[in-house]
Amino acid sequence: MPDDPLTEPRARNGRAPDVFRPGGWVPMRQFRDDEEVDFVIVGTGAGGGTLACRLAEAGFTVVALDAGPWFRPLEDFASDEAEQTKLYWTDDRISTGSNPVQLGSNNSGKGVGGSTVHFAMVSLRFRPEWFKSRTLLGYGADWPIDWREMWGYYREVEEALKISGPVNYPWGPKRPRYPYRAHELNAAGLALAEGCEALGIPWTETPIATLSAPRGRAHPCVYRGFCVTGCSTNAKQSALVTWIPRAVAAGAEIRDLAMVGRIEVKHPTGGHEARATGVHYVREGRWRFQHARHVVVAGYAIETPRLLFNSADQHHPQGLANSSGLVGKYFTVQANQAVWGLSEREIRSYKGPPSLALTEHWNYCDAKDFFGGYCYMSQGPLPQLWARVQSTNRGLWGNRLMRAMQDYNHQVGLKIVGEFLAQERNCVTLADDKDQYGLPIPRVEYSWCDNDVALIDHALAFMRRALEAIGATDIWDQRDDTCHMAGTCRMGDDPRTSVVDGDCRSWDIRNLFVCDGSVFPTTGGVNPSLTIQALACRTADRIRALAARGEL
Amino acid sequence: MAEHRSAGPERYPGYDVLTKRRSPSWNDKTREVIDARLRTPREPRFFDIHELATVQAIAAIITPQPAHRVPVPVAELIDHKLYIDRQDGYRAADMPRERTAWRRGIAALDAESNSTHGRPFRELEPREQEELLRRMEQGDLHDPVWGGMPPKTFFTQRLLTDVVDAYWSYPTAWSEMGYGGPASPRGYVRMGYDERDPWEPAEAHGDDALEARRINQRIR
Repeated sequence: MPDDPLTEPRARNGRAPDVFRPGGWVPMRQFRDDEEVDFVIVGTGAGGGTLACRLAEAGFTVVALDAGPWFRPLEDFASDEAEQTKLYWTDDRISTGSNPVQLGSNNSGKGVGGSTVHFAMVSLRFRPEWFKSRTLLGYGADWPIDWREMWGYYREVEEALKISGPVNYPWGPKRPRYPYRAHELNAAGLALAEGCEALGIPWTETPIATLSAPRGRAHPCVYRGFCVTGCSTNAKQSALVTWIPRAVAAGAEIRDLAMVGRIEVKHPTGGHEARATGVHYVREGRWRFQHARHVVVAGYAIETPRLLFNSADQHHPQGLANSSGLVGKYFTVQANQAVWGLSEREIRSYKGPPSLALTEHWNYCDAKDFFGGYCYMSQGPLPQLWARVQSTNRGLWGNRLMRAMQDYNHQVGLKIVGEFLAQERNCVTLADDKDQYGLPIPRVEYSWCDNDVALIDHALAFMRRALEAIGATDIWDQRDDTCHMAGTCRMGDDPRTSVVDGDCRSWDIRNLFVCDGSVFPTTGGVNPSLTIQALACRTADRIRALAARGEL
Repeated sequence: MAEHRSAGPERYPGYDVLTKRRSPSWNDKTREVIDARLRTPREPRFFDIHELATVQAIAAIITPQPAHRVPVPVAELIDHKLYIDRQDGYRAADMPRERTAWRRGIAALDAESNSTHGRPFRELEPREQEELLRRMEQGDLHDPVWGGMPPKTFFTQRLLTDVVDAYWSYPTAWSEMGYGGPASPRGYVRMGYDERDPWEPAEAHGDDALEARRINQRIR
């Protein structure tokens, strides 16, 4: 009888699921709750999973907790959108503001590996100037980190995930060659390329975290097209099949179905600084407490501030790490607008990873009437998602909807990942309602500013030209969609204007770290996962350096 | 105004994704979950029978089904979703959670229908039902039964989303639109323009519908 990873923890009794073998197990070190480990990490996605691996490999004792299940993709993942909603964080959340963000399937994972289990695998480096966008480009905020240092960590992550990419990348400083060759383009990718060529801008094969050649026990990508609903063949280089197995092999313990509700902080008398002592978490129906010397929060831009708020105590009535008042503020999502049309030719965009080709032209060209930039990519929505776009975005129902859906195999689309400006008023707070664990649920508020609207207008107009240039018809704009999140624990070099320092370490509670996209002061116009992982690698090295100097 | 019948000639005649059920395009997990979906109970476990009939009437307007294919039990699939309490993961501040929203939305629709037509929604003519849904979409309904839940938001974020999700979760819908369907682990080989793997459906173009049907009926 197969077990149910959604109801019963798999990581028990000194073993963890072997993600490369149906029904398989690997030995895993386990710690007692009352054993004070060096690090307890909340969340195992791009930030927490990567950090768990790197800290364990550096010799620290590590326990990482994830609220969701520990899947074995080969046996647990179906080729089915509805079934695979089990990958998403679908606990109750309130989304409000003038432009409420779409959550759930879009940007929130619940499970070991986090959102990387269902991300689109697009693995792009920041444009160097974005790390100093205030100084160099006149908007946003500077990161307390130099791009040259990040360039080295990008390289490390690209190697760790065996990114498939082009021989020459058309934009930015020279970069080393990608570890694996680029994938062949599907028709949706070819259509993007044709449009770019017609308009005279460069395009390239997307650097992407799915294998173009065998690796270990994983086969190359078979182009089944279910990437954003979970890869059932392990070609996708998610944290679940890369950093997590490495972490376990290096002696970290990962606990599934372990929801953290509160960080405990001790306030010694006599002027000693406050220190986190561990986390309260619920597993198998019981609240428990894991002791730790350091606590890392890696729950992404909503759950991370929510946990800091839910950990408020009499010394920190506004939540932990919040002396700046900026926890939960500057919540930033990325623009995700699209233009869709019909091609005479069959596109059948359900085949292959959805975004095999892209252009970063408008990230690197500064002749624009707005701040920030965007890239755009080819698209491959599966039927449920496509029907939702046609109905809730385009407003079709009845026979008009049924007819439009008949054109599925001819539809072609271009979609941006764009930089919205970080605004203090966009925020995550707590609502009065409670979730299934009895914890206050998050309330997420979002409103576009004029610059955001200018970026959207620019992108939609340009992509429309690109579709017209390849002869597409029935072109329409999808104005409302949201992707990646950032910003609710921004990093900086001033404790008054940031939540963590450049080492992702809380200014207020020095043994508390944040390691996920919420530390981003700005998002740039590229998917964030590569940068989150690069930052986690850097944070691990910084922790090791601090520990060596006795400053941890 | 929409006519309540299927939308034009078949684009993928004779294609049925279920003929690939035993092929390398379906792994065990896929067979398990699709088999379970095809067995979705017809007796409601969340709705009462009147509510179910109302959702069936709504679904017939939103997703009018082709006559020649296995019907999609849209209302029953929504009942199942609510029974197991599967959530979207977010909602507007003035929207209740999924179960409450549906209960209240159906009651409000009946209240509106009773006050304008003297009959519950499920007993209206399709033209009248469509008109009421149109007014809901435009936010032009005001009965107190809505209880602060905006009809417009209920229409887009709950009613439309759930009906559409249910319809396109069913193999009938995939066959009708020419989608390759489940693809694990076989995936695809031919990726370019106008390229079709032998296990993908052929599209009927004008006078070659017979040829497309012949190809599609042999797909495994």
